[in-house]
Amino acid sequence: MGLLDTLKKIEPDKKESPFLHTLYDGFFTFAFAPDSVAKGGTHIKDGIDLKRTMVLVVLAMQLCYLFGSINIGHQHFSALGMYPGFVQGLHLKLAYGLVKLLPIFIVSNVVGLGIEFWYAAKKGHAIEEGYLVSGALIPLIMPPDIPLLWLAFAVAFAVIIGKEAFGGTGMNILNVALLARVFIFFAYPTTISGDEVWVAGLEKPEAGALADYGAIFTGFFNPLFESLGFTSLFNPEATVIDGYTAATPLSLAYQGGWENVTSVYSESQMWWGAIPGSIGETSKPLILAGAAILIATGIASWRIMLSMFVGAAVMAMLLNAWDATPFMSVPWYYQFWMGSFFFAMAFMATDPVTAASTNRGKIIYGFLIGFVGMIIRVLNPAYPEGWMLAILFMNVFAPLIDHYVLDANMTRRMNRANA
Amino acid sequence: MKNNTLYTFLVALFLFSSNNAFAADSASGSSILNIGMWAVAILIIFFLIIQVSDNLIRIEGKEAGLDADQQAGLSLFPSFSNLFSAKKPEYVNEGAFYALKAGHNIALEGEAEKVIKQNNATTFAVQPQNFVGISPIPKVTVAVGDEVKAGDVVCFDKKRPDIKYVAPVSGEVIAVNRGAKRSIKEIVILADKEINYKVLPKLDLANTSREALVNYLLETGGWTMIRQRPFGIVPDVADVPKEIFISTFDSAPLAPDLSFVVEGKGAAFQKGLDVLSMLTDGAVHLGLDARGDAAPSAVFTGATGVKKHWFHGKHPVGNVGIQIHHISPIAGTDKVWTLGVQEVITLGKIFAEGKFDASRVIALTGAETTAPAYVNTYLGANVGSLIGEVKDNVRLVSGDVLSGQEKTKEEFLDFSDDQITTIKEGNEYEMFGWLAPMDARPSVSQTFLSGLADVTYEANTNTHGEKRAFVVTGQYEKVLPMDIYPQHLMKAILVNDFERMEGLGINELLEEDVALCEFACTSKQPLQKILREGLEIMREQA
Repeated sequence: MGLLDTLKKIEPDKKESPFLHTLYDGFFTFAFAPDSVAKGGTHIKDGIDLKRTMVLVVLAMQLCYLFGSINIGHQHFSALGMYPGFVQGLHLKLAYGLVKLLPIFIVSNVVGLGIEFWYAAKKGHAIEEGYLVSGALIPLIMPPDIPLLWLAFAVAFAVIIGKEAFGGTGMNILNVALLARVFIFFAYPTTISGDEVWVAGLEKPEAGALADYGAIFTGFFNPLFESLGFTSLFNPEATVIDGYTAATPLSLAYQGGWENVTSVYSESQMWWGAIPGSIGETSKPLILAGAAILIATGIASWRIMLSMFVGAAVMAMLLNAWDATPFMSVPWYYQFWMGSFFFAMAFMATDPVTAASTNRGKIIYGFLIGFVGMIIRVLNPAYPEGWMLAILFMNVFAPLIDHYVLDANMTRRMNRANA
Repeated sequence: MKNNTLYTFLVALFLFSSNNAFAADSASGSSILNIGMWAVAILIIFFLIIQVSDNLIRIEGKEAGLDADQQAGLSLFPSFSNLFSAKKPEYVNEGAFYALKAGHNIALEGEAEKVIKQNNATTFAVQPQNFVGISPIPKVTVAVGDEVKAGDVVCFDKKRPDIKYVAPVSGEVIAVNRGAKRSIKEIVILADKEINYKVLPKLDLANTSREALVNYLLETGGWTMIRQRPFGIVPDVADVPKEIFISTFDSAPLAPDLSFVVEGKGAAFQKGLDVLSMLTDGAVHLGLDARGDAAPSAVFTGATGVKKHWFHGKHPVGNVGIQIHHISPIAGTDKVWTLGVQEVITLGKIFAEGKFDASRVIALTGAETTAPAYVNTYLGANVGSLIGEVKDNVRLVSGDVLSGQEKTKEEFLDFSDDQITTIKEGNEYEMFGWLAPMDARPSVSQTFLSGLADVTYEANTNTHGEKRAFVVTGQYEKVLPMDIYPQHLMKAILVNDFERMEGLGINELLEEDVALCEFACTSKQPLQKILREGLEIMREQA
């Protein structure tokens, strides 16, 4: 245990430098599970703790990270009419995607964890693991070209106002990751809505626009790939091809129904996720694989996922029956081919802190998210997607749902006494 | 249940992903479609009528006071929960059968072998602090050096002087040890080789009033065998229980097999039940074990004058609190009594043999116990001499690992405990222990691969993580087979909300019932401690 002794020696003093001590404690408990023993209650404790729980969620979204970083590059080159196959020019796509994704990930985590560390030191408690998941979720729900300063503002807002103001991990009312997104959505709407933001690195998604490469591509990656023997390189003279559209399936559906969507994207393309969108939301099978991990390990509630699916399906069928606009006439099952429904279902709605906390409440909560989200998606004239707003809306109502579920439990008990 | 739902979910996904096939609607089929729709509508209405009338019959049955089994017989349809629940074993003949789904069995190493070893303990103690609510310094009526007989009074609480606490063995009082704030911790007796029993006056059970019986129990020490819920206290003299409950099996980790423990004590057990049924206007309920392939001991299955209830499920199904919840839940100002099986036997012997015989069969269990087995001894035996040699860095627990108390070798078994568990201390750092543990560890969560295999664990006392705020929801409900929301109850206790505490069912719970929730807790919250604080607040209010 040489490492352990070395680590123990460099432990900063708690009184003299509380921030350093908190930081040290955070990293130390990350490397070594503490030696504390059960006192005064049960003599054995379950092997699971919050770190393990949170890390499993992060692991479940790794496939989305992998696919997302390639898809950033894929969309970029599709606009330029290059490398139409998903794995063609993979090195370029991956390099391009990582250059876009890593800064977002770093900013999200440095800002968010920095604030968490600071509050932990100030309040004198250990660093709680909540932000591990939020910090990993935020990059996946951002467009690839999000300005990093605004992202930093959004993360700071979400962590300070959304979480620490309420008391930290376990106390927040609203989903932290979605709060960061909704902050950008209302404060800087042009960067996160419309048809022009989902494909990275173009001046404009119009024919003839130049690809917008920085020095890192021409000065670092091109020589690197050349030395490795690749012939395909980043081409700073490439322009957007004729007839290209960066519109998402949802905005196409809003304008002209399902025919309009399928004229641009094929069904399998949408299902597998090679379409423009937020970084991690596009590939349905990979998200469902993550959801399967979460359900199998019991980390996320299958009740919420299932009822949210049912709620969305029911609303979509009702809209089919109404059939007043082209968007309403999109067959209900095809609604799931478009947009970020599955991502919201697997990773956002199931956040245990902001969801309803009773089993019965979870079913109601999930159903209403699906129901309300589909209304917002189809009927909202400004913005054809609804899950972020629906989840935040139901986050606010989750305590009320629980209140009535608990009330019913209390009434049952009262009735027993009176019987 | 979970797998079923997952399966349904996957099927639904598959169906809608293959929707292309039936999305195309043929125009010629429209009249067939119309007729089909009508047929379906008529079927639905028909079904609704049957369903409503079926429900009405059930409600009628409920109002007529039929029990759950009989009610189910009235209905045309099997209830949804019955369809998926465990099958009733063949030996279950009389009495209701309950299959509980929530719960979790923790398989630990060190189960006691079914042999009875000789008693090595020579010192025994009465520990006033075993009795909830007793004042810290009760009146001790013996002095160091006094000789006592088994059944002689050794102390009483000045607040309730009628309730006498008696010596479990005969011998010399060698110490009155004090604990924190000069409270009386133990009255230690060095036992005689041959136990001398105080000769108790005969009571003619057939021609006695309840009052005389209660007074007799108070004098002979039998009264202290009884626990009253809510709060788990020794009942007041004036208290009359609505019903009395006895669980005849223990589902806790490594718990003793009570069917083995009662061998040859059937007469005393039955006598105890007879006495108990005179103390209540309601029934005496016996919770029986329907988990195994073989029926439990004939002492239990053949008991008379009681209502029998069979329970199948995982721990904590053997806890009497869980059984009460399903048989006849505590409501309003109800008071019910509970006793352990060995306490019933002691009670029975007072009447059958005219002596206070507090002999106990104790299971010595745990991975650190050499030759785990049963031992024949008396109430309050010294822990160290029962367990023998143990290695360093091993914890001794009076009771099971979930709700027992930590003891040193010099201390004594708690009043209601019939088990000693040894377990290794887990005071070691573990590199990335939270992510990739070195050894298999028990867990209610499905995040460990060892959970898939049939493993007996050599657990230790490490907390496996630090205390956190409540984050994960729904995990307590998974291991508590009651219609209770433990997390919300705990939060109500933490904010001192009496109405909510009572409404959410605090009166139905004791520490042992939430012990498994505490084990399972991701946030390592001390639920038993929180619950006891809540119970104390409620008791002061009452």
